[in-house]
Amino acid sequence: MAHFEKAKSIHDWLDQRLAIDKVNKVMQTEYWIPKNINFLWAMGMVLVITFMMLLVSGIFLLMYYQPNIATAFDSVNYTIMREVEFGWLWRHVHAVAASVVFLIIYIHMFTGIYYGSYKKGREMIWISGMLLFVAFSAEAFSGYMLPWGQMSYWAGMVITNLFSLGSLEMNGIVEWIRGDYVPAQAFLTRFFMLHVLLVPLAIMALIGIHFAALRIPHVNNQDGDEFDYDEESAKYLAGDTKGSKVIRFANDFLSKDLFVVAVYLIFFFYLVFWNYGFAMDPVNFDPADGLKTPAHIYPEWYFLWSYEILRPFSKDIGLMAFGFAQVIFVLLPFLDRSPNVAPANRRGPFAIWFWLMIVDLIALTAMGKLPPEGIFSTIGLYAAVTFIALWVALPFITMMEKKK
Amino acid sequence: MENNSRRGFMGKAFGAVAGVGAVGSLVAMKQTWDPLPSVKAAGFTNVDLTTVEANVLVVEKWRGKPIFILKKTPEMLAKQNDEQNARDIKVGEDSYLVCIGLCTHLGCIPAYASGEEKFKCACHGGEFDTSGIDILLPPPSPLPIPPFKIDGTTLVLGEEGEEYKKMKEAGVTV
Ligand code: HEM
Ligand code: FES
Repeated sequence: MAHFEKAKSIHDWLDQRLAIDKVNKVMQTEYWIPKNINFLWAMGMVLVITFMMLLVSGIFLLMYYQPNIATAFDSVNYTIMREVEFGWLWRHVHAVAASVVFLIIYIHMFTGIYYGSYKKGREMIWISGMLLFVAFSAEAFSGYMLPWGQMSYWAGMVITNLFSLGSLEMNGIVEWIRGDYVPAQAFLTRFFMLHVLLVPLAIMALIGIHFAALRIPHVNNQDGDEFDYDEESAKYLAGDTKGSKVIRFANDFLSKDLFVVAVYLIFFFYLVFWNYGFAMDPVNFDPADGLKTPAHIYPEWYFLWSYEILRPFSKDIGLMAFGFAQVIFVLLPFLDRSPNVAPANRRGPFAIWFWLMIVDLIALTAMGKLPPEGIFSTIGLYAAVTFIALWVALPFITMMEKKK
Repeated sequence: MENNSRRGFMGKAFGAVAGVGAVGSLVAMKQTWDPLPSVKAAGFTNVDLTTVEANVLVVEKWRGKPIFILKKTPEMLAKQNDEQNARDIKVGEDSYLVCIGLCTHLGCIPAYASGEEKFKCACHGGEFDTSGIDILLPPPSPLPIPPFKIDGTTLVLGEEGEEYKKMKEAGVTV
């Protein structure tokens, strides 16, 4: 048996059994963070906090929500919203957080793209991040089914139909996913299970992997500088805190992170109390009706860009373009052929690529919201083709880039 | 060495047990998600065709899906080509379109514009003519014709009658 001594304190007792001092060093006081970073590096922590708010508000909603097609709509719109004290608060926090989390995820992603934080040892951070994006998309979609309003039903119909894979006509898969010919009770109960258990579990596991993937390469910095962490941290520990290029994660960097979180929370609760409307679609305040499609179906804003890539083409080509859009971001570390880790604006043609991509995604998002007619369809088509063309061009553009 | 082969044997034995268990669980999990027998045993729906008016869309529900019934006007019939005629269901003097009212693109319910005499899908802008044939992308195929039987002036949905079988052979039901 391992040797234990009589403990001098509770701290010592725990340290002998759990090595808490060592863990604290590795994870916090000697986890080194570069000084040369800005508020965009706090987005990861903002995401953690937003996820925690989703979890807490979700737990409270769960106490009154009923996953039954006859009662689901009223359990949300009547019981939770009107009867339960502060029920509206949990619902608004949940809805606003579900929408804002995607805004932050996009900022976080494009920060990574701009500074080249997805290559030279940081590939697994990027890949686990994209898996988080997929898991969050599944979480948002399954949650959207639960109030069983018109948009829940018809979004459920359209999205599950994607799995027939176009002309392959695999209707068996669609019926298997739904447990019925159309979205009905079996569908609602299984998406309820996914939303409150399986997908959140996957998200928590993925957050763990995402953090583990950060530990060895460390976070990138504003200039893409590569430096010797042993040397810089030794300088810091020797007392030369000014000369060192790094600081401790806790409490030093954490205090900066939490400052940004505080600013974010003020904005967040401003939305929760005074401007929550954007996060809840008016059409979903009509109960689900399988015999009436709403005049105009569109997803929540964060899915509009990929939805617009589906829309202008024939069914099969649309599906292929949509599938392409869903997976292509994962491959970014391998499609970028340049070894440079530097901000986009110092990388020549890649800067143009970066800003074109942002403008194109905004155009796709705007067109996705407008009715599929006339000039909007045409702009949508060009934007969708541009999206694909940009990805095809990426390896060539980055190959031509000069080595820094 | 003896130890090694013993370890190898135990490893393989575990692999075999785990493999059988994994396959078994996957089968159970897959079938748990299949539609229930009560869902599959969907009933039949009867529709009285005598009350249907020309150029006014009637929507019935069958297996949770909307069924479109459109009685054609003489003007419509005069303009029709062979492909369109082949999809008509004739009851006495009258011709009807009967089809599943879910867009063949991704399953929205197209709306009937009686003035323009066509179906328009609001989701992604697809269009169908009065015979349910796709005339504007993205839908890739006509609105499908469900199994039906004509019983006097009653339309029975869910049962394969003579007329349906003939249409199916001619390949116009999909
Ligand atoms: C809820 C989801 C997510 C959480 C909780 C999360 C959390 C974090 C945290 C705490 C950090 C370190 C601090 C920072 O640089 O911001 C980080 C870094 C990073 N994340 Fe995420 N993240 C999430 C989603 C994503 C997604 C969708 C991507 C994109 C694929 C992504 C890509 C990255 C990258 C590339 C870094 C490294 C940044 C650098 O080295 O400068 N993350 N993440
Ligand atoms: S569902 Fe009708 S056009 Fe897409």
